[in-house]
Amino acid sequence: MQSTSKQFPENAHEALQDEGLQQALQKLSTGFPLKRLQAAKRLPEFEALRDQARNIKNHVLENLDYYLEQFEDKVTKSGGHVHWCRNSDEARQTILDICQKANAKTVTKSKSMIGEEIAINDFLETNGVTPIETDLGEYIIQLRHEPPSHIIAPAIHLSKQQVAETFLKQHVNLDPDRDLDQPRQLLEEAREQLRQKFLQADVGLTGANMLVAETGSNVLVTNEGNADLTYGVPKVHIVVASLEKIVPTLEDATTVLRVLARSATGQEMSVYTTFCTGPKRPEDTDGPEQYHVVLLDNGRTDLIATEFQEMLRCIRCGACLNHCPVYKAVGGHAYGWVYSGPMGAVLIPGLIGMDEASHLPNASTLCGRCESICPMRIPLPKMLRDWRTRNYQQGKTGIKSRYAMAAWAFMAKRPKLYHGVMGIISSVLSKLGKKYGRFKSLPAAGAWCESRDLPAPQGGTFIQQWQTRRKQDREQSL
Amino acid sequence: MAKKSQTAETKHAKPHVAVFATCLVDLQRPGIGFAAVKLLEAAGCRVSVPENQTCCGQPAYNSGDKTTAVDLAKQMIAEFEQYDYVVVPSGSCGGMVKHHYPKLLADNPHWFERATALENKTFELTQFLCEKYEPDIAFKKYSKSVTYHDSCAGLRELGIKQQPRQLLNKINKINLIEGEEAETCCGFGGLFCVKYPEISTKMTDAKIDDIVKTGAETVIGGDLGCLMTIAGRLKRRGLDIEVRHIAELLADMTDQAAIAEGPKAGGG
Amino acid sequence: MTARDDILDKIRRAHGRGSMNTPENIRDRLQSPKANIIPNRGKISGDDKIKQFIDEAERVEATTKSISDINALPDAIATYLKENNLPAALKISTDPLLSGVDWKKAPVLTVSTEPVDGADEVGVSVAFSGVAETGTLVFVSSPENPTRLNFYPITHIAVIRVDDITGAYEDVWQKIRQTNNAHNATGIMPRTVNFITGPSRTADIEQTLLLGAHGPQRLHIILVG
Repeated sequence: MQSTSKQFPENAHEALQDEGLQQALQKLSTGFPLKRLQAAKRLPEFEALRDQARNIKNHVLENLDYYLEQFEDKVTKSGGHVHWCRNSDEARQTILDICQKANAKTVTKSKSMIGEEIAINDFLETNGVTPIETDLGEYIIQLRHEPPSHIIAPAIHLSKQQVAETFLKQHVNLDPDRDLDQPRQLLEEAREQLRQKFLQADVGLTGANMLVAETGSNVLVTNEGNADLTYGVPKVHIVVASLEKIVPTLEDATTVLRVLARSATGQEMSVYTTFCTGPKRPEDTDGPEQYHVVLLDNGRTDLIATEFQEMLRCIRCGACLNHCPVYKAVGGHAYGWVYSGPMGAVLIPGLIGMDEASHLPNASTLCGRCESICPMRIPLPKMLRDWRTRNYQQGKTGIKSRYAMAAWAFMAKRPKLYHGVMGIISSVLSKLGKKYGRFKSLPAAGAWCESRDLPAPQGGTFIQQWQTRRKQDREQSL
Repeated sequence: MAKKSQTAETKHAKPHVAVFATCLVDLQRPGIGFAAVKLLEAAGCRVSVPENQTCCGQPAYNSGDKTTAVDLAKQMIAEFEQYDYVVVPSGSCGGMVKHHYPKLLADNPHWFERATALENKTFELTQFLCEKYEPDIAFKKYSKSVTYHDSCAGLRELGIKQQPRQLLNKINKINLIEGEEAETCCGFGGLFCVKYPEISTKMTDAKIDDIVKTGAETVIGGDLGCLMTIAGRLKRRGLDIEVRHIAELLADMTDQAAIAEGPKAGGG
Repeated sequence: MTARDDILDKIRRAHGRGSMNTPENIRDRLQSPKANIIPNRGKISGDDKIKQFIDEAERVEATTKSISDINALPDAIATYLKENNLPAALKISTDPLLSGVDWKKAPVLTVSTEPVDGADEVGVSVAFSGVAETGTLVFVSSPENPTRLNFYPITHIAVIRVDDITGAYEDVWQKIRQTNNAHNATGIMPRTVNFITGPSRTADIEQTLLLGAHGPQRLHIILVG
């Protein structure tokens, strides 16, 4: 997918003016956090489970090569195939090859962020294979040619009117005067349209929330059941997953599942949690005849053994988006690529580089709310700062800010000079601002005064006043 | 918390407390520093203000300039480590010293040890007054209703939540109203507010909408950066809500003008 | 170098080691899987376990009905369909539990064991297990209970033996390992294990919760025993 992360400030500006989006974001940011809190309260073991989930994933990342080999062994033994892909090109070509060998005309898809990363839909279309998104939100944005704006609720930025407009435009075989006023009507229309597509599909392409090394299984998590209809109908099931999705055992997968839905939506468990292993067994009457796992690197190995390795613990629950005040202000599209929110701000520079994505780790107050609710205890603020540090060390921050920081640092390391200069500044500003105690505008404070008054200093630094008082006290006692 | 026995101890050996004002308080609002001194003396402490203090290094640290941050950390440690306690009227600067200095200096065993020693004796102001030494003063009445804004670093790095509320509740007949979004970031974020002013202002507006919803006449907090942002935006929006640091309230120093306000006739 | 070699090599170099045989601790972990923390809610037994299963399932908009004997099944199904104004044509699984059922006891029902197709409205399948921890049903793919039967019809009636309800998810894995080891040469897992917690739903349109997104809109659980 092409990125617009470089235009983050412009994207954000647009998002801030979009009233419909702002309303949706307001609803999201009050709804989901409350539900998560309730779910966490209902499970006394929740905090301990977060610790265990973190430990499981840390163990996997330290031993990722071994677990990948074991996973591949089990997939093969159960009759499936693992295709290792270093990058988007290899993954796209591999998926296309499987589809072409199966003479596939249509491919149904369940939600896959890695599918977005490699822009598989456009590639398949260009090569004569029609991909059909089946997650309701993904289906809607596919019709609109938009990227997702949230990991688990991709169409959250849209109003029901916008969805109705899209259906009226795209579902051409239906009565143009039909009533599509209510979400229920929209759902039933989508269900009917997609049911036909499910039944006719030649290939089902799913993502995977986890890959289980013990059994060679992939885990699918949905509330709709669309993933189950995606793999459950066609002759070919392709799983596309990045290689950090591995967990060791079924029990380890269960631990992660216990924190996943609760963190994402506040549900005890998502409606459909499915473990798929290999193609159908000889005696089964349904199920795919072919099972392929496209195992993708696409930059993950570059993060291993760096200060960003912990980002690979992410289970794509979306909780950090739901709790982030910056995401709440600007929504997902502003981030300009597949991911968004705090996890996007850390992961995107790792996958597409800081030159493209430098705004993302900088556009944060490091408030820490994300880390406090992350089910995998990922230290997101630390890694946002680490990206800033890398950027600074590589000399890539703006000249103006480097000089300003250098001037500040020069003075701060010289307390007497510092207090001399600060004393003058505070006295001058204090006198100028005496009457109202604030400034509506001030040279060099344009960015602040654009939207805020600047409080006037009280006058004289604390250190100077303290020194003065101590001198007075000493003189008085003489 | 064995406060009573500690108060008894102080009669025999006053703890020597150094105040780290923070660069914002130092430049912008020394009154907070004096309020802190007053409260600490009332708690039976011998108070010093080391004069070679400037900045804890957080702006550099958060901008990615680790070198400057390390230099300022070492300067701060050298200046403050000789005292029994270091008290900071700011959750974010307190968090920088306690939470981040040891990490910054982790590669250098000598400095790591000194940073850890300083970590153990550094406290944010309300934390110190609740958990270590309680001020022995009559908390005068404050007639305006109050809502408290939690500083992000204070809350999430130092665990400061109950302490300011406990102290506020000592004020005679205080009307303390909780905001639903008390824990939500105000949008200051150090340099964030001038690098991404539009987003920052949106966040401040959300915070202010929550404050207005409480109906409180005053916003109180523990971090001057937050308070300046909230006050500056309140004034720009023409809203007549007072903004003060908690130290000013506790030390009964509300006759000085509130943040972003000129002197009022009659005082507070 | 193949892509596989490349990727594994990169991981090993990042960790500062060369290629080695899989360490024993990892082999052990995979061959003798151990449970992590099991919530107290999953360590429940007896009547409390069944009650919790029902409570949790109803909490997520499944409906439940308890019958003491499988022979009461036709009537229970007919009543449910009538009360909800639903068609009386069923596609049912060929699970042994249903093989002795006398469907003539509810003559209004038309019953077929043909494979389910996209137009079928009511499906009846038998659960492998149930998890009281979250009111979850467990289905395992097999010739008797094909996976599609749980997903195609808009009304899903799940029959479960009370004795098959466990406390926690870990119990299910143990049961699957025991059951499948016996006859499954390709490993312990069946093709598909479905954990189903309530009917299908979405909140993708204006965050409004709606049931019946692609899977069943109604999930009716009949507990037997």
